[in-house]
Amino acid sequence: MSIDLSQFHQVFFEESFEGLEIMEQGLLGLSPGETDNETINSIFRAAHSIKGGSATFKFEEVSSFTHILETLLDEMRNGEREVTVEAVDLLLQSVDVLKDMLQLLQAHEPVPESLYKEISDALEAMVSEEGAGEGNGESAAVAESSASSNVVEATDDESMSWLIQFAPESHILRTGNEPSRMFKELSLLGEITVVCHHQKLPSLEEIEEELCYLSWSIILNADVDLLQIEEVFEWVKDESELGYEHLPLSAAEERLGTKASVAVDEVAPAAAVEATAPGSPAATPEAAPAADNRQLQVAPKKEVKDTAAADKKPAKVASTGSSSIRVGIDKVDSLINLVGELVITQSMLGQMGDDFNLEKLERLKEGLIQLEQNTRELQESVMRIRMLPISFVFNRFPRMVRDLAKKLDKEVELELIGEGTELDKTVMEQIGDPMVHLVRNSMDHGIESPDKREQAGKPRVGKVILNAYHQGGNIVIEITDDGAGINAEKVKEKAIERGVIDEKSELTVEQINNLIFEPGFSTADTISDVSGRGVGMDVVKRNINSLGGSVEVSSTPGHGSTFSIRLPLTLAILDGQVIRVGDQIFIVPLISIVESLQLKNQEITKIVGNTEVYRLREDHVPIVKICEEFCIDAEFKSYDDATVVVVEAEGVKVGLMVDELLAQQQVVIKSLDTNFISIDGISGATILGDGRVALILDIGGMIKRVNLTKKSKKAYAA
Amino acid sequence: MNDVASDTIPYIGEDDTYHDINETIGKQFLTVSLQGETYCIDILSVNEIRGWQTPTMLPNAPEYVKGVINIRGNIVPIIDLRQRFNMEFQEYNETTVVIVLSVEEAGISRVMGVVVDAVSDVLNIDESEIKDAPDMSGSIDASFVMGLCNVDDGVVVILDVEGLLALSDIRKHYGAEERSEESVS
Repeated sequence: MSIDLSQFHQVFFEESFEGLEIMEQGLLGLSPGETDNETINSIFRAAHSIKGGSATFKFEEVSSFTHILETLLDEMRNGEREVTVEAVDLLLQSVDVLKDMLQLLQAHEPVPESLYKEISDALEAMVSEEGAGEGNGESAAVAESSASSNVVEATDDESMSWLIQFAPESHILRTGNEPSRMFKELSLLGEITVVCHHQKLPSLEEIEEELCYLSWSIILNADVDLLQIEEVFEWVKDESELGYEHLPLSAAEERLGTKASVAVDEVAPAAAVEATAPGSPAATPEAAPAADNRQLQVAPKKEVKDTAAADKKPAKVASTGSSSIRVGIDKVDSLINLVGELVITQSMLGQMGDDFNLEKLERLKEGLIQLEQNTRELQESVMRIRMLPISFVFNRFPRMVRDLAKKLDKEVELELIGEGTELDKTVMEQIGDPMVHLVRNSMDHGIESPDKREQAGKPRVGKVILNAYHQGGNIVIEITDDGAGINAEKVKEKAIERGVIDEKSELTVEQINNLIFEPGFSTADTISDVSGRGVGMDVVKRNINSLGGSVEVSSTPGHGSTFSIRLPLTLAILDGQVIRVGDQIFIVPLISIVESLQLKNQEITKIVGNTEVYRLREDHVPIVKICEEFCIDAEFKSYDDATVVVVEAEGVKVGLMVDELLAQQQVVIKSLDTNFISIDGISGATILGDGRVALILDIGGMIKRVNLTKKSKKAYAA
Repeated sequence: MNDVASDTIPYIGEDDTYHDINETIGKQFLTVSLQGETYCIDILSVNEIRGWQTPTMLPNAPEYVKGVINIRGNIVPIIDLRQRFNMEFQEYNETTVVIVLSVEEAGISRVMGVVVDAVSDVLNIDESEIKDAPDMSGSIDASFVMGLCNVDDGVVVILDVEGLLALSDIRKHYGAEERSEESVS
């Protein structure tokens, strides 16, 4: 059977990353000494799903690594191992390693052994060390686990045979599976010896005739591939405990002889390939044959806990290539309702169109209004599908703050507010890194060391607050710390020293504080590992600006600072001003327009280098002629006929000279580089009501472009 | 009961082979005319054929890039094949058509329209009949040509769609613009 498993890879990776997140959160919530079973269980389940999935897809590094992890967790779960700080730290580290491994696999890159060797050794050491100390029945199995992982890959001796343990669940007969058929199948592969275990058989009056109480041990005396055997049990692997062992025939017979009298669940720990829990992506029957044939490690205490299945549903969509999204069912329901309404409106209008006369004009208008409303609502609900709660981003911070505080020798408490605030998925994906930077910055430069804090009369434990909320059409994310705040004097000094500002410039405190976003700026006295190389803040600002957002800082010396990130809710739709230059239509993002005005010739001043500036109250705004920039024939002959749209990007204002202002409307952004390449000064295109394409101006890019051309012109003149 | 054992194991057929129709009758090509010459385009890369419509211009684009149009919600760039091949520009008339072509690039298909004088025919050409093009120092870039083929008593040029739709020249054009600006400054 050849089924392209790679189509499930994306789902596996997504689920695994989610699983890792669950593990991480769970681990952070674990306090030493306490055994909160629910938390440990959820960590265990996540690890188990990853293991099952990775084994199915033959990511051996991941599955064997997770296996050790699971062993440790299993012991914790059973209360056989105490939850110590070291253990939690080690587990957290292994979560990181797993994440790295999965990322490499996702990128189709090989996983170097060095990546996981250290941690996996440490894990194994922990498992065997304490396991042996306990000295109970389990320890034997545990010790065996580290020793025997290679044993099973024995050489292909002639007398090699397979010892198969087959213990179906009691309801197996109800699903139409008949063990005897499987034995028949097996016998086609080679000679078989079957021993039936009937210890579980209840007394006659208790027997339910539809249940299966039996389990079997089978010796298959044939040199066949594990895959072939697995294929036989393919349809029951989810409903039974299966174990395969590759042994010399004599050894197998001996085992069978000695163990025939032992209850099945005691046989199981000897060797078992865990059947993947149903519910994990691996459990789809088609995917099953791929179960790893080298996955023959000894599983200590064989208990296929199907709890994993209860919590985790397989992802709905197997997406091809691109990422997928999980949507609340209520959002989908509201969409369906809206589409229903739309269909009704459409049929009403259709009917009217069949025999239309002027008397129906009123009703036509009504219908059109209704249609408009439907469309708008539909648009809004579709947008809501892309919205996810910001907790997806916030969740990574508790771990980061914990690690960083340790590293910096500071005591920091993190508070999250407004985790339910929803944000567009694409924005979310890109806001993570800038936020990490800001939080790191707050902890490194903002929060003081505990001793310093005490001297300043503040509690030893510093506080970092992440707060997200909606404001108008924007989402605002605030990162507040109660640290030392920004020393405006120091910033100014540094800025002058670095040549960022002039010595004479008069700046307000606000303006000075925001200088830290300038390139090449860092006030940290020592360059630390965490931050301080002066590459952070300007990158943060640039990233946020590229999302159409802005970032600001406000600070009170001695009381802390607040960074506010302001972002548009979505990147897919934009409020635009439609303008006309010659016969071309462009869209200017409304958010970047400061004002629009009619010019008079005498208000324009020419200054050196052929630059024309317009005096806008106190400012001097350079004029940019779109027609010249883009080589279009414009209509206006003198400035008296033209309109100037004053736009601003990254703090720079320019006046765009256009022929006419048309409507204001919402436009759907389509990227140019799907079929073409992206062009400087153009952020995308959109389709107007009449079906024509209009380009959307990228003001930041325009300004950069113009400056470049200006420079070259100047150089030319010189 | 035992005799049904093998039947009950579901089995996905391995002999379910797929016969490619093109293997037997050769490939089909759409022929178009440009300045009286005939060119062939692999018909499998043709999405549709449209009449000329004025596109929205792209600022500072190379001359042969006519602009972009909206095809069912997609923004599709249009290039003029005559100008691309350094032929004389001809005013668009009623036989001028835009052939919308698509290519796969790293698993993603990309769409572009090319303007030609007219479409004429569909030809069946066996792949063995396609000859390598001689070293052409002519006006057409070698990367646009896949080969030549004798049809009746004439020769047709088979165009390489991937080469035709390659963006490297356009990228170079925009890059060169930036560079020249930078170098001057």
